[in-house]
Amino acid sequence: MRKGSSILNPGKKAPNFSLNSTPDQKVSLKDFRGQPVILAFYPADWSPVCTDQLSLYANVMPEFKKFNAELLAISVDNIWSHLAFAKDRKLNFPVLSDFEPKGKISKQFGAFKDKIGESARALFVIDRNGIVRWSHLSPDGVNPGADGILSALEQLNTPKAE
Amino acid sequence: MATTTTARHSRTARRTLLDPASKQAETYEPPKLLVPVDPSRDHVQGDAKAVLTLVQYGDFQCPFCGAAYPEVKKVQKELGSKLRFVFRNFPLTNIHEFAMVAAETAEAASAQGKFWEMHDFLYEHQATLGDHSVALGYAKKLGLDTQRFEREIAQHVHEKRIKDDFMGGVRSGVNGTPTFYVNGVRHDGPAEAEALVESLRAKS
Repeated sequence: MRKGSSILNPGKKAPNFSLNSTPDQKVSLKDFRGQPVILAFYPADWSPVCTDQLSLYANVMPEFKKFNAELLAISVDNIWSHLAFAKDRKLNFPVLSDFEPKGKISKQFGAFKDKIGESARALFVIDRNGIVRWSHLSPDGVNPGADGILSALEQLNTPKAE
Repeated sequence: MATTTTARHSRTARRTLLDPASKQAETYEPPKLLVPVDPSRDHVQGDAKAVLTLVQYGDFQCPFCGAAYPEVKKVQKELGSKLRFVFRNFPLTNIHEFAMVAAETAEAASAQGKFWEMHDFLYEHQATLGDHSVALGYAKKLGLDTQRFEREIAQHVHEKRIKDDFMGGVRSGVNGTPTFYVNGVRHDGPAEAEALVESLRAKS
């Protein structure tokens, strides 16, 4: 894979990972096999755009749940920052720390910005078999919203999808 | 990342987006409003035949919406009869504990024909949203049937409409509050009068 190449495409198998959601708990992608998973990579806790994006997702959670989908947010911030951030924003989904080795999982999804050392603002919808079905990379500073995720979840439920 | 692709397109469009499916960068296109303005349902201020329509998705407790409130007034003043302004609810209830009841308060006033009065009052009194007696006092001053007003808020009569506004916004790409649409296209610039007027003028 060439340096700086694009994010993981639909049709590819999502690499499994196991990342801390709290200091003593890990969350693995394979734990959610059998249900859709939304991965939201984002650059940093506390930055204004991310705050809007993840707060929005916390509010849209009931809609994601209608598709039995889990949402996992991922950045390179350490777990203590994540805990404070999630508490402050009342986030109702796991916020995972891709901290050590830094950005390892983000890189596997092609969602890491080498020059600044942060995850890119990238979204993935993974189906119940662990296959990426939709992915989206946002331009810097643009909050992608939730419309693309919901459309992708709907697509999973079409006859073609299963 | 994708330095070569981004650099190639940076001259043509400041906001570029990489299409992950094609691996090609494409010109960024802001999302479009999927729920058309319906004067029989929407809160509309201004001439129905106005050439320009500004739609705002807002949360009464959101400080950024509070800051945008006088900006919208400036836009309305500047564009006058050319502009129609529409407000839709987008309460971010997990971070704003009073956002839903404030939206219900505005809708309960709307049921008695006083939406815009209450809308303005709530934005001008964001600091006291936690004290419902403030809005109730204003409802009295407006001459509303306060029994009906209070009952509709307590029984969440307008909750479904607010949630419908919210979901219509989510599907249209509302990504935070406030989010504006200029003639049906999301305005990604600042929520300031100058930027909004510029964006609106570009459509006229």
